Amino acid sequence: MAPLLEVDDLRIHFRTDDGLVRAVDGISFDLERGRTLGIVGESGSGKSVTSLGIMGLHQGTKAEITGHIRLDGEDLVTATPTRVRELRGSKMAMIFQDPLSSLHPYYTVGNQIIEAYRVHNQVSKQVARKHAIDLLGRVGIPTPQSRVDDYPHQFSGGMRQRAMIAMALSCDPELLIADEPTTALDVTVQAQILDLISDLQSEFGSAVIMITHDLGVVAELSDDILVMYAGRMAEYGSAEDIFGRPDHPYTWGLLSSMPRMDREKTTRLVPIPGTPPSLIRVPPGCPFHPRCRYTELVGGRRCETEVPPLREAVTPGHAAACHLTTEQRTRQWADLAAGQVPDDAKPPAADEATGEPEAREPA
Amino acid sequence: MIYFIIRRLILTVFLLLLVSAITFAIFFLVPRLAGQTAYQLAAQYVGKTPTPSEILAVEHKLGLNDPLYLQYGRFVKGIIFGVHYNNGPDVSYCPFPCFGYSFRNQQPVWPQLISDAPVTLSLAIGGAILWLIGGVSIGVLSALRRGSFFDRLSMGIALAGVSLPVFFTGLISLELFSYKWAIFPNVHYVGITSNPVQWARNLVLPWVTLAFLYAALYARLTRAGMLETMGEDYIRTARAKGLPERKVIIKHGLRAALTPIVTIFGLDLGLLLGGAILTETTFSFPGLGQFTILAIQNQDLPEIMGVVMIAAFFIVVANMIVDILYAVVDPRVRF
Repeated sequence: MAPLLEVDDLRIHFRTDDGLVRAVDGISFDLERGRTLGIVGESGSGKSVTSLGIMGLHQGTKAEITGHIRLDGEDLVTATPTRVRELRGSKMAMIFQDPLSSLHPYYTVGNQIIEAYRVHNQVSKQVARKHAIDLLGRVGIPTPQSRVDDYPHQFSGGMRQRAMIAMALSCDPELLIADEPTTALDVTVQAQILDLISDLQSEFGSAVIMITHDLGVVAELSDDILVMYAGRMAEYGSAEDIFGRPDHPYTWGLLSSMPRMDREKTTRLVPIPGTPPSLIRVPPGCPFHPRCRYTELVGGRRCETEVPPLREAVTPGHAAACHLTTEQRTRQWADLAAGQVPDDAKPPAADEATGEPEAREPA
Repeated sequence: MIYFIIRRLILTVFLLLLVSAITFAIFFLVPRLAGQTAYQLAAQYVGKTPTPSEILAVEHKLGLNDPLYLQYGRFVKGIIFGVHYNNGPDVSYCPFPCFGYSFRNQQPVWPQLISDAPVTLSLAIGGAILWLIGGVSIGVLSALRRGSFFDRLSMGIALAGVSLPVFFTGLISLELFSYKWAIFPNVHYVGITSNPVQWARNLVLPWVTLAFLYAALYARLTRAGMLETMGEDYIRTARAKGLPERKVIIKHGLRAALTPIVTIFGLDLGLLLGGAILTETTFSFPGLGQFTILAIQNQDLPEIMGVVMIAAFFIVVANMIVDILYAVVDPRVRF
């Protein structure tokens, strides 16, 4: 059976006065029913643009979309706006980052869910209302029969996101896109929301795309992970591969900059130097090269001139876009995993010159 | 919600009392502080060649010699309940709501005010409906087709509408549609009760003139509001639900963009009901605006006071209605 969602060489460009913004530049992935894909990357790496592109929400803007997005075999890029609108909310649904601003302040939560349900289902208001109450109960809202008439501002942050999820699930979508669903929430609530999404996923059997910059979130939920950088794919593979033997210096950077329970507290977090590039002036060659610590290992000026293709490394289905050889990558990651800090990321010498190391020397 | 309305009502009454106190102070306290005697004030009520005894009789009858707080009490009582002027032999009753007697013809002010009110009411309400519908729909269309020819054209016209005074646009419209082409010949006010068709026919030009000015403002406001709300996250949510674009625009976009429009609409209408002075003068309509002009020209203090109180009443009440409407429109205000 064909995968539910096939994205093939998707490019989303915006023509602006300052130049062409290549927000998404050649993304491909497949997503089966019941599975979860995590899309990871920094702000401006094209995660959200990709998801809005799949939902067809760039229609009416100046976006130029090429490539293919096939949902259940139907190409959404060439489909008519009306057809995409019919699929939106029914076959594919989306949860957004900030549940307060994503809910309309003037309508009750119930009305907004009812509206979502009735766009795609010819039912009476009473039936839709029952459905909304039922959904609110299922996403864990206490006393849903009274909360259904509340306005979004009467809900707490976590409950608003639950309501958003209820709205997204109202028509039993086969594809659920969650765009940073926990970023605006308290840490304790984040875990609840993630649990809820994965519970509902197994209940409804939907495929989920989880977009986040939080590796902890994808680690918990994803079967597959796509690491994006500057609108392109940096690395793509199963969650075990990405966390177990990551193959791209950018992924290494993401992993090393994340605090971990299984490390000594004294182990320094290693930040990725620099900032993400502007999508109007993406660096030539590998877009990551200005921030990469390993360009010397590749040798010559290949990283600056030649765009690295996405290559499968050791495990099938696990691919990375980097000029380093497989052996080099294995060795570098082994060093990093052992807690060895790259030279240029060591703390400044001033910290070490306090004389303390001498005092600690055994007598 | 009920408590909210009650609170607003109490505040409104308090505000109106305050307005009456200030008005009274301006027209009775300030002249007295400047050295005006009760005799001089009374002299204004009795025509061009008064005898001293007539003046004294009026002074006595209206109690102009009483302490000011008594006079103010009588003023407020007159407005709310009506008042008996029975000092001396000449007894008269000024029924509620009493705004005193005109200098000009010694008649109570209120009946004269009320006889002019329908003209202003017809003008303001008709114009308001026209400009609200026109302005908002042009604003919405402009926002949705931002940068298009329609947008630029309508915003250009809107700029003209905001900038051109009523006595210019009004006279041009009279010249063209009344004199040159005679589509609306001989524009004059006809009461709605005496002939509804003529009433409407004669009001078309004033309505359009008035609406042109305000519609321009509303179109610009609506456009700005729509551009802002259509970029909100909840609009994206509405689209993500698969709602048809028309519903996204009207139910989700316009609903939110209308809130500031409601506010300003209430205030504009309230202000106009107190007298659309320029429009009434341009078209020679005998409304509250004309009444005001005459009262000022004749320095008829009681008439001016009456107009000021009426205008203040409309504005305060419009404000209250706007506040209550606001709570109806935006649930966040209710709590």
